[in-house]
Amino acid sequence: MKISELAEKCGFIALNFAEDRDVEGCYIGDLLSWVMGRAKENNVWLTVMGNVNAIAVAVLADVSAIVLTENSALDSEALERAKQRGVNIYSTEDNTYETAKKIIAAIE
Amino acid sequence: MSMLELKYIVPGDDFTRAGEASGDVKHKLKKIGYNPDAIRRVSIAMYEGEINMVIHAGGGEAEVNIDPDRVEILLIDHGPGIADVEKAMQAGFSTAPDNVRSLGFGAGMGLPNMKKYSDEMYIETEVGKGSTVRMIVYAQR
Repeated sequence: MKISELAEKCGFIALNFAEDRDVEGCYIGDLLSWVMGRAKENNVWLTVMGNVNAIAVAVLADVSAIVLTENSALDSEALERAKQRGVNIYSTEDNTYETAKKIIAAIE
Repeated sequence: MSMLELKYIVPGDDFTRAGEASGDVKHKLKKIGYNPDAIRRVSIAMYEGEINMVIHAGGGEAEVNIDPDRVEILLIDHGPGIADVEKAMQAGFSTAPDNVRSLGFGAGMGLPNMKKYSDEMYIETEVGKGSTVRMIVYAQR
């Protein structure tokens, strides 16, 4: 499934759309060192960390998108970096658990 | 002489720029068609090292030597040094300040991750003088 299709099904709001990437599974976490080592390529990553370091982790782990849950803030520097690096970022008002449930329903 | 030699300055106290060096290395390795698993391990190990230098050492230098069979990463800083390397290597041990934790770091996973994702890691450190970390990642594990 493509990230745009998943976003539409789950009602995510695009904060930065760079490339319509494939989505294979999901990873959840806010501790960047933890996520960096464990998130897999093409995972959609659910987090509340909307800072530049999260963008760096998204690039290094090569996730298909960051989804900021519970409307957590994306700071302006992070948005700028995401644009430069081509990182897809979405926002949702749902909490991480609800978001994960929606993703499961959409993917399966 | 390595096939490709890269040098970077890692600025101190600037979290916004940490990750630029490792991101660039990742990009270059991808371009030359390096083994994806090795690229991932190099990127993670080096990014953790960069973050460490920003948090603890006021920045430093990074040198990356790329060869067909391996990537060598040298991280050199003139920070406070590591008083107890064995302790610093323990997962969960951290001396990072609270503001760093709010950024999603400082959980005591930096050095353990660097060891985990590299194939060889050597730390030379002297309190008051600085630290040099040398990591090697083989193209084929």
